[in-house]
Amino acid sequence: MSTDVPASWRAGAPGGPAAGFDLDRPWRLDDRVAVRPEPFGALLYHFGTRRLSFLKNTTVLEVIRSLGDHPSVRSACAAAGIGPAALPAYERALATLAESHMIREWPVSEGRVS
Amino acid sequence: MSLMEQFERGLDAPICLTWELTYACNLACVHCLSSSGRRDPRELSMAECQQVIDALQRMQVFYVNIGGGEPTVRSDFWELVDYATSHQVGVKFSTNGVKIDEYAARRLAASNYVDVQISLDGATAQVNDAVRGPGSYAIARRAMDHLRAAGFAGFKLSVVMTRHNIGQLDELKALADSYRAQLRLTRLRPSGRGADTWPELHPTAVQQRQLYDWLDARGEQVLTGDSFFHLAPYGGPLPGLNLCGAGRVVCLIDPVGDVYACPFAIHQEFLAGNVRQLGGFERVWRSSALFAELRAPSSGGACRSCGFFDSCRGGCMAAKFFTGLPLDGPDPECVRGLGEQALQAAGPAAGPRPSADHSRRRGPVPVTIGRPPARACDENPLAGLAAESRG
Repeated sequence: MSTDVPASWRAGAPGGPAAGFDLDRPWRLDDRVAVRPEPFGALLYHFGTRRLSFLKNTTVLEVIRSLGDHPSVRSACAAAGIGPAALPAYERALATLAESHMIREWPVSEGRVS
Repeated sequence: MSLMEQFERGLDAPICLTWELTYACNLACVHCLSSSGRRDPRELSMAECQQVIDALQRMQVFYVNIGGGEPTVRSDFWELVDYATSHQVGVKFSTNGVKIDEYAARRLAASNYVDVQISLDGATAQVNDAVRGPGSYAIARRAMDHLRAAGFAGFKLSVVMTRHNIGQLDELKALADSYRAQLRLTRLRPSGRGADTWPELHPTAVQQRQLYDWLDARGEQVLTGDSFFHLAPYGGPLPGLNLCGAGRVVCLIDPVGDVYACPFAIHQEFLAGNVRQLGGFERVWRSSALFAELRAPSSGGACRSCGFFDSCRGGCMAAKFFTGLPLDGPDPECVRGLGEQALQAAGPAAGPRPSADHSRRRGPVPVTIGRPPARACDENPLAGLAAESRG
């Protein structure tokens, strides 16, 4: 086929510790990311990196869409009904999205990343 | 159901699609997937192209891979690119570079939503021009020079892997690096004019292994358009979706609006509909009987019992089809050599011919007027024939 999307099927799956991702900081969806809801969750496409990611359920979609309304990821997760037991799995999923620049820590420094 | 299975059952809209804007081309590459050369008088008008983009925007298709033919020879090419990007449809286009002058390069460098792929099939003019035609190496390099001068980092240098350029992998990478471009290697398909040249050009089994190892060592540094998933059994999947996306997550729109399952399958057998039909592209994608069939779970056929089936998924449908192999059997380049055996058993020229051919005719076509009338006023068209056929 002809998708040049270095997508990972593992995105959002349980993995290692979420290094460098702080649940208590504010994060936002990058403004160059398009979100397409799907029955399984959503597809994310970053126009800058031309990378595709998957959200494997609709709760994580709800979280990333509401990030702008919350002072921290933790509060966005709580508002989406994610309890303490489920939180680590979502933390890893969001850390993966942070790693691929789909979400960015806020406030970001001035100047565009090309 | 796993995510991969969900993708195999098809999405409501493609992730991306290939759109060949014109069959016109200044080159005549011997492996052209779409047998391009001459424009087709029925090609979509600008207004029709805009309707397609409107549909893609409604469906939230992330981007289109625009190709041809040589898409930039359409006089409304840039207008269309602007229309797409201003409607949230990203554009990546493939070009041989013929129209990428200083002005075009500056314009491209200024856009965040347009990406360029320069096609070049060898690190040297000798290797490239043997496939893409005399002068094509120089055209591509000149375009790359303009892109570099305009500060367009990260454009793609797109190479179709053949028997003759696999030995140049390191040189190709160095060439891309010297332009701050990203190397993209794709598979030679026996589609279009490639049906005739594939037997001589496709990499040998030893070269396939060499290619796999080289790609595996470079990970995400090198793009592949997901085209080498049939090589995954050598040691695990390369970066990418690793599945046949035909009619499931990708498709092709050709210059006259015909929608095919994938860019490598321009044949009646894989024709799903036309964007000019009622309901347009959306309806074709969602309601075509062919696409429904491609999205149905497959048995895996002869490959099902193979231990590697889960990694190669039986390989490329188009490669099998155009080499005359059964669609539910091994890929012609199956790493176990099963495809090669099947090809030998089938004998030469077993594959179906492409349905459409827009190749430029080589030189003037000789016209035979027929024999002169037997007598000056003989109006019987059969005059003289009967006597001759007896003789």
